Amino acid sequence: MTRPAIYGLMAEFDSAEAITKAAHRAHEEGYHDMDAYTPFPIEEVIEAVSPRNTGVPFFVLIGGVLGASGGFFMQMYAMTIDYPLNIGGRPPNITGWPSFIPITFESGILLAAFAAVISLIALNGLPMPYHPVFNVPGFERASQDRFFLCIEATDTKFDRRRTREFLQSLQPRQITEVEP
Amino acid sequence: MQRYEQIEPMEPIIGPGQTYATITERISSIPLTDLRQTPRGWLVGFAISFSFLMLFLISILWLFARGTGIWGLNIPVAWGFAIINFVWWIGIGHAGTLISAVLLLFQQSWRNSINRFAEAMTLFAVACAGLFPILHLGRPWLFYWLIPYPNTLGMWPQFRSPLAWDVFAISTYATVSLLFWLVGLIPDFAILRDRAAGKLQRQIFGLLSLGWRSSSRHWHRYEMAYLILAALSTPLVVSVHSIVSLDFAVSQLPGWHVTIFPPYFVAGAVFSGFAMVLTLTIPIRKWYNLEDFITMKHLDNMAKVMLVTGSIVFYGYLMELFYGWYSASAFEQFMVLNRMIGPYAPFFWALIVCNGIIPQLLWFKFFRQNIPFLFVFSIIVNIGMWLERFVIVVISLHREFLPSSWDMYTPTFWDWSLYIGSFGLFFTLLFLFIRFLPMINIFEMSMLQFSENEKAHGREARRVQLAGDTPEPAEMA
Repeated sequence: MTRPAIYGLMAEFDSAEAITKAAHRAHEEGYHDMDAYTPFPIEEVIEAVSPRNTGVPFFVLIGGVLGASGGFFMQMYAMTIDYPLNIGGRPPNITGWPSFIPITFESGILLAAFAAVISLIALNGLPMPYHPVFNVPGFERASQDRFFLCIEATDTKFDRRRTREFLQSLQPRQITEVEP
Repeated sequence: MQRYEQIEPMEPIIGPGQTYATITERISSIPLTDLRQTPRGWLVGFAISFSFLMLFLISILWLFARGTGIWGLNIPVAWGFAIINFVWWIGIGHAGTLISAVLLLFQQSWRNSINRFAEAMTLFAVACAGLFPILHLGRPWLFYWLIPYPNTLGMWPQFRSPLAWDVFAISTYATVSLLFWLVGLIPDFAILRDRAAGKLQRQIFGLLSLGWRSSSRHWHRYEMAYLILAALSTPLVVSVHSIVSLDFAVSQLPGWHVTIFPPYFVAGAVFSGFAMVLTLTIPIRKWYNLEDFITMKHLDNMAKVMLVTGSIVFYGYLMELFYGWYSASAFEQFMVLNRMIGPYAPFFWALIVCNGIIPQLLWFKFFRQNIPFLFVFSIIVNIGMWLERFVIVVISLHREFLPSSWDMYTPTFWDWSLYIGSFGLFFTLLFLFIRFLPMINIFEMSMLQFSENEKAHGREARRVQLAGDTPEPAEMA
């Protein structure tokens, strides 16, 4: 596969309302490989450009289960097998489980939280200091008060001329070809 | 007309005339200020905090050299200032998590302007809190024995003890709070990177932002992860202070052996934490002209939370007295009497005034919206909550079962210097934070502005409809 000459076409908008409308239109038009760049998350834009499943909850579940069971069995092993102790009359066998619950809970939360943060960063492909969209003039305002929509060249419907015409019909401030 | 009235009045949570650009500009300009233009007031404040931090370090050094004998501890009062301060600081931290996590889950969007600040306060308070139990160990350099690790001693921590639960609770709490705070900072680091004037600033914030590019696909995962972290932190914050209270409640000492402790400790923690948030935000919003972001509405809401939690705490005090009497145990009954008329009785009555009586003033809007009153009030509550832990720890211990082992507890210079010094640590970190990081969550403020605009449009449309008109298309846009 040859590398496309450009990364995509980027349209710049003034307002959250305009980008919302534009993202919906692009979605209806049948574009899939696109992304919006907005200073803050906008529910409707996310629905239009992002696939449903984020993948994060799955990893959090795994982290939570691993952490909780790991914490529980560590205590079980320590207090009943490796070095059984009778403390306060709590039996040194499986029936003494209630006093292991606080640590089980804490270790479950700890690993679940790590799973949430690590999966957020890894699935988003961060850290990524360079990305083609940073080449777009004025893109530094995407984090502040401008709203961008990029239709990527990998999309099956992408066509340099027709996509540009489509974006033009959305009345953006400007359209830029994004260097790869 | 009645319904018209219901829709109209709405106290703003963002001041008038703000746009995305002005919000971003106002908040991000503080960390981006050139080092040479650091405000004089900041330098003075930082210098004072830093000198207290030095006092803290000297106290620790002397403690390491001489041992815990430099404090006023004795037997029976083996838990003195160190444990009081530990519980006090960790309680203060709880408001931060409550604001950032619980209020997020309840969709209380007014929290957006105070959550970053409150989370930072949590982290720094937990840092102070975490040091005290370690310093209280006889041999602090062996603190790692608390952690389960493969060792040649063939020993494990005693997992059935609340003290071991505490280690896990506090370390998990500190770690999760840090993660939550850092995740919240990533998009704001990107804003600072994009606004940075100098190359060095741009590189530093660029690294910290991990290359965040505000992509909607990223936002999608971000919102999911943030929500999950909030959902994880909510039971965590309840568990932490519950476990701290079990340090006391699991023992059999009169005054500690109380089943009401976990909920009453959690409420007390939130109460003292909100007091500290008020103590800190009232001057800071003034100095940095942030009245448009931390509005009267915020102060009023925080006062209401304090009224609720303060009343729960007061109920807890009364219940402790009631149970002491109702238990029909001579030791419990003596403990109640000793609290009320014993040698430390002034502390107990001061506690009742600070945490029981004065907060009831907050029923009145006049007091909730009176800024000087709130400031003084918040300091009174901070003192009251410290007294609460003093009452629980010292009064219960100093006259326990056997009269032959009764003794009095008198704090020494080093008790006080370590306590006052811990403020140095707290405020040094806080000063660094407000100078070098955005103290209000910028992107969440823009988001709040967006949703407020939408709401305003919605209200306008609804108002026009009720008045018998159809909304004009221009207003919808």
